[in-house]
Amino acid sequence: MVVLAVVAIIAQRWIPTALAMLAVVVLAYFLAGIRAKTLWLQLRPMLLMSTFIAVLHALSSNWRLAVVVPATILTLVLLAALVTLTTRTTDLVDVIVRLTKPLKRFGVEPERVGLTLLLGIRCVPLLSGIAGQVREAQLARCGIFDVRAFAVPLIVAAIREADAIGEALVARGFDD
Amino acid sequence: MTHLPTTTPDATAQPSAIPIIIDHVGHIFDVGTPRAHQVLTDITLKLDERRVGIIGHNGSGKSTLIRMLDGLIQPTSGHISVAGHDTVRDAKIVRRHTGFIFTEPDHQIIMPTVREDVAFSLRRSGLDKATIATKVDAMLVRFGLTDSAEKPAHLLSGGQKQLLALAAVLINAPTLLLADEPTTLLDIRNAQMFSDLICELPQTIIMSTHQLALLRDFERVVVFHCGQVVADGSPAEAKAHYLHLMETTSE
Ligand SMILES: Nc1ncnc2c1ncn2[C@@H]1O[C@H](COP(=O)(O)OP(=O)(O)OP(=O)(O)O)[C@@H](O)[C@H]1O
Ligand SMILES: [Mg+2]
Repeated sequence: MVVLAVVAIIAQRWIPTALAMLAVVVLAYFLAGIRAKTLWLQLRPMLLMSTFIAVLHALSSNWRLAVVVPATILTLVLLAALVTLTTRTTDLVDVIVRLTKPLKRFGVEPERVGLTLLLGIRCVPLLSGIAGQVREAQLARCGIFDVRAFAVPLIVAAIREADAIGEALVARGFDD
Repeated sequence: MTHLPTTTPDATAQPSAIPIIIDHVGHIFDVGTPRAHQVLTDITLKLDERRVGIIGHNGSGKSTLIRMLDGLIQPTSGHISVAGHDTVRDAKIVRRHTGFIFTEPDHQIIMPTVREDVAFSLRRSGLDKATIATKVDAMLVRFGLTDSAEKPAHLLSGGQKQLLALAAVLINAPTLLLADEPTTLLDIRNAQMFSDLICELPQTIIMSTHQLALLRDFERVVVFHCGQVVADGSPAEAKAHYLHLMETTSE
């Protein structure tokens, strides 16, 4: 979490760092012995969204953000996916919970941090799933894929799904 | 409105039902805003059966009521008690003894792999890792999920996902099981299998469904219409009333 935030902050600044970080993460995938196909599977669902964001920024005449923001998002997703591919999620969350224990006296609840992280991880397949569905629905309805008409259903569906997951989490006993 | 409190004669050491009292309950969504609309009106029901079905048209208020039984939604009027606990004041206690199966298993599956998701339910149990692992393994065996234990949960088939959701709920040994159209997304065979599986459980079960055949062996079925109870009785009686309702309200 902390690492991700730091990466995000640094990468957001300049185009070279953003791209360099992306390259480093991709390199890390190969060092970890993960095949290109797996990497592609992680990337594919995000490409669409990244392109969308890039186009949006490019249109609003800020070409620096058009490169930096998608690159940062891809880096973060890949980094998160790399950790999840190489570590059991439960172990990962337990480590985070343990690491944040010293922060307890500052009012940070480790278990809550762990849960937040879990939900973050849960959101990756969720978002890519919704994005895929919206795209398919658009193609099925009008045969074309309109980037502008992409954001609204995506966000609406994401919020609705997030609500439902939150409710289910409460039902499973995580109600505070 | 008919009411026949049928009790099964062969009460062969079945655990007794969890009593549920729904007392003049109403619900208004978005209360106090221009969008406010009443979805439940003055529902009063005393449930004392182990198998209660809820049927009714889309939007009749079934899900709203079932969610209320778990304290996920609060009544805007009236009170609900589950085993003597108020669902608003003692929501946590109620939830500790209640399992909820949603229509869409994807919503309640949180962890990336099957095994981790079942174990997730015991995260707050205070049990040590070894005990949790033993319990989880037993649950996976019981539901035939052992081979999929390390698989990503979101890659399971719909039927397997619903089994996983059930396993993750039952590992907490609830005494009451609430199920909101748990078989709607399953094929006919899996729907029947899943409902048979549920019906063999010792828990008290409240289940809503559009598949009337699945309620054949239920003790009591309640029919909702426009936020009100319009029939309440045996599955046959409820079904007859529901079909009649369909003819008289479809123009
Ligand atoms: N979160 C919400 N906010 C506002 N209105 C809602 C909300 N949830 C449900 N409703 C409304 O409440 C009414 C009853 O919905 P409910 O989901 O309880 O019906 P249902 O009987 O479960 O229907 P279905 O068979 O389609 O599942 C509907 O008119 C619905 O539009
Ligand atoms: Mg419903």
